[in-house]
Amino acid sequence: MSVTDPKHDVAEKQPKEESTRRDWLFLAGVAVNAAAGLLLAVPLVGFVFSSFVEKKDPRAWISLGALENFPEKSTRLATYQNPFTRPWDGKTANIPCWVRRLTGNKFQVFAINCAHLGCPVRWFEESGLFMCPCHGGVYYEDGSRASGPPPRGLFEYDYKVENGELWVKGGEMPTLANPV
Amino acid sequence: MKTLRNMAVWLDERLHLTALWASSAGHEVPATSGSWWYVFGSATLLCFIIQVITGACLAFVYIPSTSEAYTSLQYLNHVQFWGWYLRAIHYWGSNCMVAFMTCHMIQVFLFGAYKYPRELTWISGLFLLLCTLGMAFTGQVMRWDQDAYWGLSIGASIMGRIPLIGGQLVHLLLAGPIIAGETLSRFFTLHVFIIPGLIIAIIVMHLRLVLAKGINEYPRPGYQVHRATYDADYADIIRKEGVPFVPKAVDKDLIFSAFVIVLILVLALVFGPKGPKGIPDPALVDTNPRPDFYFLSIFAALALLPDWMEMLVMFIAPAIGLLYLLALPFISNTGEKSARRRPVAVLSVILIVLVIVTLAWYGETSPWSPDMVAWSGAAVPVKFLKGRTPLQMHGATLLQNKQCRNCHSLGGEGGERGPSLDAVATRLTADQMVRQIIQGGGNMPAYGKKVTPPEVDAMVSFMTTLRPESTPPSRDSAPPMNKLPRDFAVVLPPAEQADAKK
Repeated sequence: MSVTDPKHDVAEKQPKEESTRRDWLFLAGVAVNAAAGLLLAVPLVGFVFSSFVEKKDPRAWISLGALENFPEKSTRLATYQNPFTRPWDGKTANIPCWVRRLTGNKFQVFAINCAHLGCPVRWFEESGLFMCPCHGGVYYEDGSRASGPPPRGLFEYDYKVENGELWVKGGEMPTLANPV
Repeated sequence: MKTLRNMAVWLDERLHLTALWASSAGHEVPATSGSWWYVFGSATLLCFIIQVITGACLAFVYIPSTSEAYTSLQYLNHVQFWGWYLRAIHYWGSNCMVAFMTCHMIQVFLFGAYKYPRELTWISGLFLLLCTLGMAFTGQVMRWDQDAYWGLSIGASIMGRIPLIGGQLVHLLLAGPIIAGETLSRFFTLHVFIIPGLIIAIIVMHLRLVLAKGINEYPRPGYQVHRATYDADYADIIRKEGVPFVPKAVDKDLIFSAFVIVLILVLALVFGPKGPKGIPDPALVDTNPRPDFYFLSIFAALALLPDWMEMLVMFIAPAIGLLYLLALPFISNTGEKSARRRPVAVLSVILIVLVIVTLAWYGETSPWSPDMVAWSGAAVPVKFLKGRTPLQMHGATLLQNKQCRNCHSLGGEGGERGPSLDAVATRLTADQMVRQIIQGGGNMPAYGKKVTPPEVDAMVSFMTTLRPESTPPSRDSAPPMNKLPRDFAVVLPPAEQADAKK
C-alpha cells in the first residue's frame, strides 16, 4: 500500500474522541475569528460610512459681500468660500450662486446647480432666463421652471441681510433629496 | 546542458510547473474555439493589464488632491518625459477596454455561451462589466477638470433622486455634503484600489470557470443543449477534436493581442490624451459639461425623456435590465446556441446597439442644449435682411438681443432646442407668432414680461418675412372677414407688396 493513500491514513490515525475535540476547537476557532472580525469591522464600517453617523447640519451662514455689489432689479453671479472646507480644497471651494435683488432687502439667491441634474445654469439678462448647458433646462428670472426636463424651479438659499452684507446658508450641494 | 536540465527538473519538482501548465494554458479546448470570434475576451484582459501598468506609472506623478490634481495633470502633459503619451495610452486603453468588453459580451450572448453549464461565467462577466463601467466613471473624475466636477455633480444629483436614502447616498458618494477635498480622494481610492482589486478577484473567478467548465464550443445550428447530455457531449468533443489551448488554439488571440497593443499605441499617438479641459473651478460657469463616450447615451436619454419617465429610466429600468441579464442563463438555460437559429437574440442585439449608438450620437451633438453664444456670435444671414423695412430690421436685431438664437437657428447657425426660424412664416401666422412669443408653450418659455408690445411687433414683422420666395405665408383657414391681417403691407416681402397694391 502506498503512503500517499489519504483515505487509509485518515481512517487509521484519527480515533473518534480526538476528532470531536478537534471539531470543537475548529468551531471555537471560527467563532472567535468571527467575533474578532466583527470588532475589526466596527471601526472600518464606521470610518467609511461616517457620513451616515454625522448628523450635524453642514450648512453655515456665509457672506456674499456688501449689498452695494447687488444693484436692485438685477441678477449677478456671486461666489462664496464653501464653509464645509478642507485645507486641500483648492479652487473647488469656490461655490457660485446667482443673486437676484428685487427691491430693498428683498433677494432671491439661487443655487448654481440645475434642479434637473446639477449642471451650472447661466443667466441671460436680455431674455431674463437661466439656461442649463447639459440637458436644456430653462428657468425664468424668478427661478421658476420655464421649459426642459427640470422637475422644479431653481434651488433657493436661505438668506439674511446683516451689517450691510448679504448672507446665505451654504455648504451643501443642492439635490432633490437635500434642497438647500 | 545537463546541469541546466537538472535545474529545470528540480524546479519543476518543487513548483509543479508542468502540472500547472497542463491544467491551465495547456488545457484541452475544442479546436473550433480557435476562432476569430473568440479573441475579444483575451483582448479585454490585455487592455486591463495595460490599464494597470500605465495607471501605476501615472500614479507616480498624479496627485489625488483637489488643489493639485489639475496641476499634476498639466505637468504630466507638458513636462514629464512621455507623460502625455502614457496619459493617452491610459485613455485609449480604457476606450478599447470598454469596446472589446462589449464585443466579448455580444459574442458570448450570440454564441449561447451563457447556457448550461456556464451560468456563473456569464454572471461573473456581468460583474466585470459593472466594475469596468465603475472604472470608466471614476477614471473620468481622475481627470480633474470642469467635466469631472460637473460629471460628479450629475452623479450626485442622480443619487439625490433615490427615495428616502438619496440624501445620505449623496453624502456618501461625495465624501461630504458637497464636492470638496475628500471627494477626489474617495474616487481615487475607488479607481486605483477597490474596483481594480474587485476586477482582479472576479477575473480569477471568470478564468477559473472557463477552465473548470471548458470554453464554449463553436455552436452548430441544430444542436440542442440538454442538461442531461451536454457534459458528455462536451467531453466527447474534447476527446475527438480537443487541442491544447497553448499552442494550438491561442494563435488568433496572439495576433489580435499584438493588433490591440498597436491599435492603442497608434490611437494614443494620433489623438493624444484627453484633457484636462477647463480649470476645475466651479465659479467658472461658462462651461459645457459632457461625459466620456461610454456615458453619452445615458446623458442623452436624460435630456430627451419626459420627466415622469426619468425615475423609471434612471433606476427601475437599469435594475430590471441587470436582473434580466443575471437571470438570462437560467431563463434560457438549454436549447439552441447558434445565432443562426436565434433570430430574437440577434434582433435584440441589433436593436440595443442601435439605440445606444443613436443616443450616444445625440449626446455628442446635444441638439437640446441651447447654443449659449449664438445670440452674440452668430450673425443674421444677409439674405434674410436684404430689402427689409426698418421695422423688420429692428425686429432682426431684437431677435438677436433677446437671445432667441440660442434655441432657434437661422441659416443653419444657432441652437437646435427649438425649431429653425428659416421658414417660420410658412408655419405660423403673425397672430400665432405673437401668441407664441408672449405665452410660450411647447417647451418655449413665455417672453411676455421681457418684451414690450412694440418689440413684439418688430420681431413678428421680421419673422413674417422668413419664408422661401416661392412659398406663400401661413394664414388662418378662415380669416375674419371684417379685417385684413395686421400690417398687411409689412407682412409681405417688397416684391409682393407691389402686387398686393394692384
